[in-house]
Order: sequence, then C-alpha cells, then structure tokens
Amino acid sequence: MRSGLITRKIGMTRIFRDDGTHVPVTVLRLEKCEVVAQRTKETHGYDALQLGVGPVKVKNVSGAMRGHFAKAKVVPKAKVVEFRVSSDALVDVGAEFGASHFVSGQIVDVSATSKGKGFAGAMKRHNFSGLRATHGVSISHRSHGSTGQCQDPGKVFKGKKMAGHMGAKRVTVQNLEIVSTDDDRGLILVSGAVPGSKEGWVLIRDAVKKAVPDDAPFPAGLLGGAEEEVAEENGGEDAPQAAVDDAENAPDRDATAGDGDQG
Amino acid sequence: MNIIEQIDQEQIGKLTENKDIPVFAAGDTLRVNVRVVEGARERVQAFEGVCIARSNKGVNSNFTVRKISHGEGVERVFPLYSPRLESIVLIRRGRVRRAKLYYLRSLRGRKARIAEKQDHRPKAKAKTGGTTTAS
Repeated sequence: MRSGLITRKIGMTRIFRDDGTHVPVTVLRLEKCEVVAQRTKETHGYDALQLGVGPVKVKNVSGAMRGHFAKAKVVPKAKVVEFRVSSDALVDVGAEFGASHFVSGQIVDVSATSKGKGFAGAMKRHNFSGLRATHGVSISHRSHGSTGQCQDPGKVFKGKKMAGHMGAKRVTVQNLEIVSTDDDRGLILVSGAVPGSKEGWVLIRDAVKKAVPDDAPFPAGLLGGAEEEVAEENGGEDAPQAAVDDAENAPDRDATAGDGDQG
Repeated sequence: MNIIEQIDQEQIGKLTENKDIPVFAAGDTLRVNVRVVEGARERVQAFEGVCIARSNKGVNSNFTVRKISHGEGVERVFPLYSPRLESIVLIRRGRVRRAKLYYLRSLRGRKARIAEKQDHRPKAKAKTGGTTTAS
C-alpha cells in the first residue's frame, strides 16, 4: 500500500482531449510535500508515513512541533498528516514527493473538508421534499414532516434526519481519475469536483476499490533523483525548478497558512 | 497569471496550433465545419447561420449560431476552442447594435435581416469576399 499525498486545491477548469471530448478537472498543487516522520510496526505498532506540506511562519509553530520538524531536518509545515502504508513502502524521512507519484489514468480517492453550510433545513441537508405549496399548508412549506409515531415509541428515534449543521466536515470522494500530472509545477489534475473551498487541503490516495496501475511508482514518486526510476528521468532539473516555484508562491501562502491549519 | 489561467492559456495554444479562428462578433454570418462521427467513419458537417451571441471566457469561450432550417429556427452553441470544430469561416459581417441578438428569435423573414457592416476606412480591406445573403 502506497502513501497518499497532501495537496492544495487551486480551482477548476476544463481539459480538451485529443478525441474531441472534454473533461472538467480540479487542479491540485503540491507544496513541498515531505516525509516528516515514519511510524513502524516495531516502535509504534503500525506502519505509516507522516507527511508535511506547505510553509508556515516559525513563530506560529509550537515548540513541541518545532522540535519534531527539527528532528526530521525539514522546514516547519503548515499541515501534517499520517498515511498508512505497507512496511515495504516506507520512504526515508526528508524525502520530497512529486506529482508523478500518481500516473494519468489512475483512479484515486480524494478527501477534504467540505464547505460549511451553517444551520441548514431538512430540504437542503437531507433532500427532503418539503410540504405542499397549497392545499391548506401555511408557513411550513420547507419544513420536514412528521418525526415519528405516537405514544407507542413516545420519542423521536436517534439519528432521525432533521435540520442542523451541514458541511464543514471531512468528505471522501471515491474513484476520481487522474487526468494529468506536472512535476515541474507540482500540479495534479483530477477529473470532476473535489470537496472543499479553493486553497483548502486535499488528501489524495490510491483508490481502495480499484487496483493501482503497474506503471505507478513504488514505493513512491519522489523528487530529486532518489532510487526511483520515474524521478531519475528528470531528477536533475526537478529540484531547482521546485525551489523557484516555491519562492514565487511563498508570499500568498504565508498569508493563508497562518490561520489555515491550527486545528 | 494564476495557475488556472496558465493551464487555460496552454490549452488554447495547443488547440489553436493548426487552426485559424477568424475575428467575429454577434451579427456575423458564419459557416462552422463540425467533425461528426457516423458509426466508424468521421466526416465534416457544415452549420451555417448568424452568430447571435459570443461569450469570451478563456478556454471556456463559446458562441451561438442560429439558422432557419426547414422553416424552423435551430440554434447550436459551439465551444470556441473545441477540437471537434474543423474550421470557422466568416461569410459576412453584420451591423448590429447589441452584443446578444436574442431578439432575432421572435422575428422572421425580412424583419430578421441584418445589414452588412460597411468598412469605410481606406486602408482596411474586407476580410471576406462574401456576397452571400443572410438566410
């Protein structure tokens, strides 16, 4: 089982394919996604990789986390996530993932925090049909109807679908296709929509319901000419290019990183 | 330029490599050559009519062409950069005072005519040799 990636959602556009069809795509960007720590069966009881992404102001990082990042010799990260991997897919601490970790045509699962909708009624939240427009209905056209029976249960069952807070929770969309990847700019184009707002963090994993393609790099698609064959092809120029990209994008990310992910 | 715009510009560059899209606007008469797939083989089908609307939004740009076919008005919306469009031919330029000519939908016959655009500037030469009358 390979690791997933942490990316930032940039926005949506469309891609015309050679056969004349077009696909709507969501553009996701890798922002220096590096391995911060390893979790191993011997010491922790399970195998996982802890990845970190995005620059953050050091003053906003707690002392404990500063020590954690210092131990891994990586710059402090705005977002840290663990991905379960099999023991043979563990990658060295400090290694940087590239967009070519996923190959075009691959099927992936995508997780993110959806946009918050606030306190939403039953029609919006659970697709209830509401009450009738006429025939004596007054005031309560958008209400849910009955919530249960009579004296016999004498209560509303737990889990009854009613109005309440909607959105702003973790949502996973399964089986999205990778349309293309761009190692130089660290871009991954995923067909279709991805939950959450622009500039939000998005986790991409190999699909649980589809086999990983054979040409997908194993254990991982890394930048900077590691033991990986995909990385070796253009390993020489990848690292400086990535550094230039980071420098360009740094100011706007600093602004968002501060309040973005304290939680 | 943000990343989305960059991707769109790359797309436009790639899609217009071997294509020459004429400058046209609402009111112009166009012939749009569309690739259609019939079973296994592919052929080019022309759709000729008045451009009644154009929407410019990068790679998502599109335009609407209206014609009268067998006495019935037909409109088609084409993505401007679609690889399915083999070519767009500008037949006649029309003089109109609206960006969107949706009012043509309720007009028929002589009322639905559009006057040809006259270009009196000395240097400019007519982009088309079109003498075709509007349908």
